[in-house]
Amino acid sequence: MTTQVATEEKNYLQEGHTLASWLLTKDHKRIAVLYLISVSFFFLVGSIAAMMVRLELTSPRGVLMSNETYNKAFTAHGAVMIFFFLLVAIPAVFGNFLIPIMIGARDLAFPRLNLLSWYFYMAGGTMFLIAMMSGGVDAGWTFYTPLSSIYSNGQITLALVAAFVSGFSSIFTGVNFIATIHKMRAPGMTWWRLPLYVWSHYAASLIIILGTPVVAITLLLVVFERVAKIGIFSPELGGDPVLFQHMFWFYSHPAVYIMVLPGMAVISEVMACFSRNKVFGYKFVALSSLGIAALGFIVWGHHMFVSSQSMYQGIVFSFTSFLVAVPSAIKVFNWSLTMYKGSVWLASPMIYALGFIGLFTVGGLTGLYLASTGTDVHVTATYFVVAHFHYVMVGGTLLAFLAALHFWWPKMFGVLYPEAIAKWNALLVFIGFNLTFLPQFVVGYLGMPRRYHYYYFAPEFQVYHVMSTLGASALAISLITPAFYLTYSLFKGPKAPPNPWAAKGLEWEACASPPIKHNFHGVPVVVGDVYDYDAEAEERALRGLPPKETH
Amino acid sequence: MNFPFAPEQASNFAVEYDTLFYIITAFTVLTTLFVFLLCLGLIIKYKRGSGKPEDRSNPMHHNTIIELSSSGGFLVIGLGIFFWGAKMYLEMRQPPENAMEINVIGKRWMWHAQHDNGVRENNELHVPVGTPVKLTMISQDVIHSFYIPQFRVQYMVVPGRYTQMWFTPTKPGKYNLFCAMHCGTQHSEMGGYVYALEPSEFAKWKESGGDRFRPKPEMPAAAGKQLYEDFMCGSCHTEQDNKRAPSLYGLFGRQRQFTDGSSMVADRDYIRQSLLAPEGKITKGYESMMQPYSFTEEQILELIEYIKTLGTPAAPAAPVTAAQNAGEQR
Repeated sequence: MTTQVATEEKNYLQEGHTLASWLLTKDHKRIAVLYLISVSFFFLVGSIAAMMVRLELTSPRGVLMSNETYNKAFTAHGAVMIFFFLLVAIPAVFGNFLIPIMIGARDLAFPRLNLLSWYFYMAGGTMFLIAMMSGGVDAGWTFYTPLSSIYSNGQITLALVAAFVSGFSSIFTGVNFIATIHKMRAPGMTWWRLPLYVWSHYAASLIIILGTPVVAITLLLVVFERVAKIGIFSPELGGDPVLFQHMFWFYSHPAVYIMVLPGMAVISEVMACFSRNKVFGYKFVALSSLGIAALGFIVWGHHMFVSSQSMYQGIVFSFTSFLVAVPSAIKVFNWSLTMYKGSVWLASPMIYALGFIGLFTVGGLTGLYLASTGTDVHVTATYFVVAHFHYVMVGGTLLAFLAALHFWWPKMFGVLYPEAIAKWNALLVFIGFNLTFLPQFVVGYLGMPRRYHYYYFAPEFQVYHVMSTLGASALAISLITPAFYLTYSLFKGPKAPPNPWAAKGLEWEACASPPIKHNFHGVPVVVGDVYDYDAEAEERALRGLPPKETH
Repeated sequence: MNFPFAPEQASNFAVEYDTLFYIITAFTVLTTLFVFLLCLGLIIKYKRGSGKPEDRSNPMHHNTIIELSSSGGFLVIGLGIFFWGAKMYLEMRQPPENAMEINVIGKRWMWHAQHDNGVRENNELHVPVGTPVKLTMISQDVIHSFYIPQFRVQYMVVPGRYTQMWFTPTKPGKYNLFCAMHCGTQHSEMGGYVYALEPSEFAKWKESGGDRFRPKPEMPAAAGKQLYEDFMCGSCHTEQDNKRAPSLYGLFGRQRQFTDGSSMVADRDYIRQSLLAPEGKITKGYESMMQPYSFTEEQILELIEYIKTLGTPAAPAAPVTAAQNAGEQR
């Protein structure tokens, strides 16, 4: 790989300092930064709602809020976190920033579309905030009919339109990624030399463009029923309420993979770099991303085992759900085995990645209870499910987001953060997370239904809620801390070299920190294999031994 | 402080459910432990700067045998769980023939149960130990979910169609009844208790007309007969088929042919639809003449109970009595 890096040239951050130079930029890296600021804001909004929910549950009769407010708080938490953080965070920030660089391109295929996607995202997000502040939404992020279409008051129409609009932002990003990966790879960047990061984002983009239109139309149909009383889902108007669940989960189960595949993308890169090793079973991991994307579309009915779909249908969906578990399980083993004969470096991104592996393992295995029809019945709408999907979506996506943030921060902004604080903080995230969500498995098995404000019918649940809220407090602290030290590093942090981790890949080896406007001087030519690490040579160099002779 | 770890086992499903639950738990814990120890071992052995550089020679970048055997092993265990879970699910979904029937109506934000002798209760359900109980459920507004954790049973209560679930209580006691599907403002308060009583006590409870709410004076079928007369259903639906309308005698559970060529068994859902939207299914040989009626879910259930008591045209049934109604329930 070519390694011509000019250090004194203007980087992308220095190309224009006006507000307009940011708001009208077509540079994928600047759009990624815009996204980073916006998703962090929405993450903060969703977290405040989560803390309100957790605080309220410390007592069986609530602490501060009315039923109505509580319902609005958990709806805000779920909807903001899913539509405006989890679905967007990794692809729109790190996918945007890194995919063109990783494949040796100057930008995404459609830079204007990329900027438009950010405006759609912001428009959707703003509408949702207005909905929250001008009456709120209490139907839950799943918007089940006929509650959402007929019975619930509040700003549901606006919230649905907000989700609809931000869905288009996802579609634009997905289209852009697919076109870019197909058409803009540098010479020598063959499919089997693509970093797994790119493979995983490719698979996620396929799901985005196949699934998002379905949920967009579904949400619009709810709006039609709500506004124009066109009977689609409400039996009073001649519709079928369970039809909504089919259409909603047809997207929303694959959406879990939209959230977690980009997370897996990050973990593959981090595990390879900090083990100084090629990802174990590279082809298997690449293909399993596509396998997950394909199988993910035929498992939606496992959300509906008790919702009056045919019992035989339920069993078929259960079977396909067990099939999709296999590629996910294998990925966990492959990441772990990447450390075999490697040179393991426990830097902060690596600690987040190891945390991801642990939490994703628990999240995946607890999915077995829910994929099996019989065992799902008792726990399906309880805190067991709440704990399960937080292990997958927070333990998966959020930890990967933090790993990515710490791994590529020097590349994105050209500064180093205080590594010691970052390491201990990564450990605190892991501990705080487990303290929050392990008790929820138990209270779910005991029968605590989700979305419950009061639980005075079963006050024995309280002890687990108190434990969970304590854990959430620790988690909150560990999530605020990076905001401080990363911001600090922007102003006071030492300057980062082009490749602080001595990592492989075009973004590290052929690109400055921060990158120049067009990423590369000329077109990079890729000659070597992907993840071309040599742990043995590095260990020899570490001890001052001469390089090993080749036999 | 008290740390309850598992809900009581109080129905026929609970023991088998927990067995499978704990097997999956053991598998989960062991696999997590395995991944944890694997990572820990690899980190210790291959930590940067530890061991000898030669330990890292000839790194393994893939191994088809490991990859295929671990996916295969995982799949086999997964399928074992799948089959066992499916077997339990099929049992849960198919009530036995001799089950005692109770109707349940969900509405924001309360549960309403109707026993076959007319006893009604709100936010409570009394059931006998040792007898299979089948609940026929419908919602008057949004989707609810009828959930009894100690019985390990749950099923959604949907507007517009009947759903059912069943269980056999095995242990006397007071258990939780929750609505598990978000249904709006007071969702978390839409609950109460299930009382499993010894059979003799249950019989006493039922005879005394329930202990908390005054029952309606008449039984569901008799109330249905009253409605049938009040709304003059009999002016068209006579004992014999006539020009205007088919007879309802012997209707329940029979195959019906429709003008569009389709056919179906006349069950609760069919009768309910025919009351609320009669133009949807027109019996073969007739024209669409009936107007839609807007009965409450309670009234519909009563009319269905009455129609069930109607015999065949050849042998018209005697007027409904308490004795007959009790006799019909096996």
